Amino acid sequence: MNHLDRLEAQSVYILREAFNRIEKLAMLWSLGKDSNVMVWLAKKAFFGHVPFPVMHIDTEKKFPEMYAFRDRYAQEWNLSLIADKCPPVEEVDQTLPPAARSAARKTLGLRNAIERYGFNGIIAGIRRDEEAVRSKERVFSPRGESGQWDFRDQPPEFWDYFNTDLPPGTHLRVHPLLHWTEMDIWRYIAREKIPMVELYFARNGKRYRSLGDQDITFPIDSKASTIEEIIIELEQTRAPERAGRAMDRETEDAFERLRAAGYM
Amino acid sequence: MSTERELMRVVIVGHVDHGKSTLVGRLFHDTGSLADGKLEQIKGMCERRGMPFEWAFLMDAFQSERDQGITIDTAQIWFKTPKRDYTIIDAPGHREFIKNMITGAASAEAAIMLIDASQGVQQQSRTHAFLLNLLGIRQIIVVVNKMDLAGCDERTFAAIKAEYVRYLDEIGIVPNFVIPAVARDGDNLVHRSERMGWYQDGTLISALDSFQSQGELRALPLRLPIQDVYKFDDRRILAGRIVSGRLKVGDRLLFSPSNKVARVKTIEAWNAEPPLEAEPGQSIGIITDEQIFIERGEIASHEKAAPIETNVFHGRLFWLGRKPLTRGDTYRLRMLSRDVQVTVERIEAIYDPDSLSQRPAETVERNEIADVVLRSYALLALDEADDNPQTGRFVLSDGANIVAGGTISMRDYPDQRKLVTVRSTNITAVAHRITNTQRVSRNGHKGGVLWFTGLSGAGKSTIAMAVEQELFRRGYQTYVLDGDNVRRGLNSNLSFSPEDRAENIRRVGEVAALFADSGQIVVTAFISPYRSDRRRARAAAKDGFHEIYIKASLETCEKRDPKGLYRRARSGEIAEFTGVTAPYETPDAPELTIDTDRLSVEESVAAVLDYVDRKFRKHS
Ligand SMILES: Nc1nc2c(ncn2[C@@H]2O[C@H](COP(=O)(O)OP(=O)(O)OP(=O)(O)O)[C@@H](O)[C@H]2O)c(=O)[nH]1
Ligand SMILES: [Mg+2]
Repeated sequence: MNHLDRLEAQSVYILREAFNRIEKLAMLWSLGKDSNVMVWLAKKAFFGHVPFPVMHIDTEKKFPEMYAFRDRYAQEWNLSLIADKCPPVEEVDQTLPPAARSAARKTLGLRNAIERYGFNGIIAGIRRDEEAVRSKERVFSPRGESGQWDFRDQPPEFWDYFNTDLPPGTHLRVHPLLHWTEMDIWRYIAREKIPMVELYFARNGKRYRSLGDQDITFPIDSKASTIEEIIIELEQTRAPERAGRAMDRETEDAFERLRAAGYM
Repeated sequence: MSTERELMRVVIVGHVDHGKSTLVGRLFHDTGSLADGKLEQIKGMCERRGMPFEWAFLMDAFQSERDQGITIDTAQIWFKTPKRDYTIIDAPGHREFIKNMITGAASAEAAIMLIDASQGVQQQSRTHAFLLNLLGIRQIIVVVNKMDLAGCDERTFAAIKAEYVRYLDEIGIVPNFVIPAVARDGDNLVHRSERMGWYQDGTLISALDSFQSQGELRALPLRLPIQDVYKFDDRRILAGRIVSGRLKVGDRLLFSPSNKVARVKTIEAWNAEPPLEAEPGQSIGIITDEQIFIERGEIASHEKAAPIETNVFHGRLFWLGRKPLTRGDTYRLRMLSRDVQVTVERIEAIYDPDSLSQRPAETVERNEIADVVLRSYALLALDEADDNPQTGRFVLSDGANIVAGGTISMRDYPDQRKLVTVRSTNITAVAHRITNTQRVSRNGHKGGVLWFTGLSGAGKSTIAMAVEQELFRRGYQTYVLDGDNVRRGLNSNLSFSPEDRAENIRRVGEVAALFADSGQIVVTAFISPYRSDRRRARAAAKDGFHEIYIKASLETCEKRDPKGLYRRARSGEIAEFTGVTAPYETPDAPELTIDTDRLSVEESVAAVLDYVDRKFRKHS
């Protein structure tokens, strides 16, 4: 087995554990590179099927290319899609800086969906290398009654034994990509030929390295117009992946507060 | 494009504040791995707090960690050398966060153990080493950090090195390197230290690069725990991840503990060629030639090298639960995909990593390391940790959370597989022409087994022979099966290994059942220390089985010591002697208990005779 095989096998193992242990499970599908890889891994794990709903928490502020991608691949991949819209921004904590508030709106949309469908497990495609706070995550991460993360006292998790039981009213976040890096993701996309939104590829000297809402995500200067070129670019760059995401750095603790409140 | 590069996972451990996170931050910087803007960001954080620059802030991402200058939870970061890629796992050193240290360390292949030169070896330096050993991490670098605070003095380094190497040696660890360093300034991490010219060996990076990627799991016997069974379409797929050994299409698989057998017809795959074989770490799905009923929790192996089956084992565990572990308590035992109830039968010892001593205890407190005996009702399929690190370990859960992890030893406990499987299915019992009723009316009493169990020297044989004599006198059909007699003939081919001892008892149980069926009252006089063996004997003789506990304290038996066996066991001349170095499991619910501490031989015999008169007479 090579490096990518090992990553894949570990993710498949996690997804199968989640499917076996958690009664009402859904996968978050943000339409970005990580969540497309995640859907792909689910098809690997379950031999061509995705045996739980795939959920797009719609901020209605995504790029048109992303909506087109969603509608096409929901069909082609035979996904059971949930695409509920987020509540208006006025309902969100007003003390947060603007970009963070936009992210918090998504958290609220997620919380509503969890309540509406009664999910007790949510699969999310976060990675440890993205951001220092995410680096502290568990693979199976328990969330409180309103989705909050008690990061000061996380349960132990080792030898691939996950904490899969939970008190009523709470849910688990499952992170099958936690051990992947951005580079791994692109190498796997290349190997498996996984379809991607074209915004990731450079046009007129710009491309998106990370895709969020239109108003809070910015493209980077790049000439990388193919997957292979992106990989070469990543081998050379020292710019962080989420540099184009405004919300991460509005204040030092912005991201921690978002995640503690239930953000992905 | 090199996807073939190797990745090694390394954890940093050691006492609180000895500089672990600092080392990670600095190492990251010195290998040129720091993202643009990160250095300035950390500077900003330190200035806001009015403190000097802290490398640790790279890893200590929580506000509370930065505010208190302490790591709470484990974090991971990636960097590469020309040789390979690394995942560096930073672990907290504070005793309160041992659960997080274990969470980080358990997945590592190598460890860096940090010691502050100005403080020397501290409590968590020792506990962490002990835990690394338990977690199975064998490649270890010791870094003596903050050498600047010790004036970069060679003798200070040598003294700490000597003390710690001696300690590690006692718990069976030989560190691969011991390196003096100043993590904050980068001395001997990536670049050689100018201040410590006396140190001529490798830097931390060159030490890391010299390690081997671990895990020759391929050479071990096949173990495939079944994680789930899928029927999404017309296929019925058994899914699981191979933890050791290799599997090929066409292999005959034995599933334990159900003991079913089937052949691998195909290995399934989506969007890829179906493979013809698979190796450790692979998450696979197989279809078998026969539709056997298999559930999550079974372990597939080859027939020739199957796991041990047992319902009791020794576990060495670290306890993370808030409530202490208590003898008699029940927890959920998880072994790969298996999940069953177990009871803590015994707490054998608690280890003190500081003094390396052991002490007996009734409970195990949070963060303590203990040897226990765990027993389940269901049969388990497992291996000893020494034979297979993957199937030789377990975790315990209490309610929602994991509360312990540990390794398995079977010392003194036999493999029960042979003992449960052999009742052949293609043999039909031939009917006798004499009925049980006819036998009872001829003899005037029922047949049955009086199964004596108890320590050596408790009085089993003495009482058995006296009971036989008196029963005979009173007109009963009776016979005693005694250990030495049976060993001379029927069981002369058996040794005293745990397996053979169990087989000895199994045969006695079956023979006794036949005697009983013939209408006789059989008295057996064997220590028969294991409940599982006695349960099997009971199953053989069914209703006719009467367990009689010949009870005497160990002190009494040692004092009697009729054959001088205890003396020889104490002096080490006899290994594995019941009650001394091997367990005796007292009966849960014997039909009769004879306490020979209190009763004379005559009184004991009378009590058994009274019992027989009540239970075996024709009309009782
Ligand atoms: N003088 C000196 N100070 C150091 C050195 N390395 C680390 N320190 C300081 O030691 C303190 C503790 O460092 P940390 O890296 O937070 O220690 P730690 O081992 O990660 O602590 P925990 O994770 O909380 O167990 C910080 O103030 C560091 O600046 C060194 O080589 N020399
Ligand atoms: Mg630290």
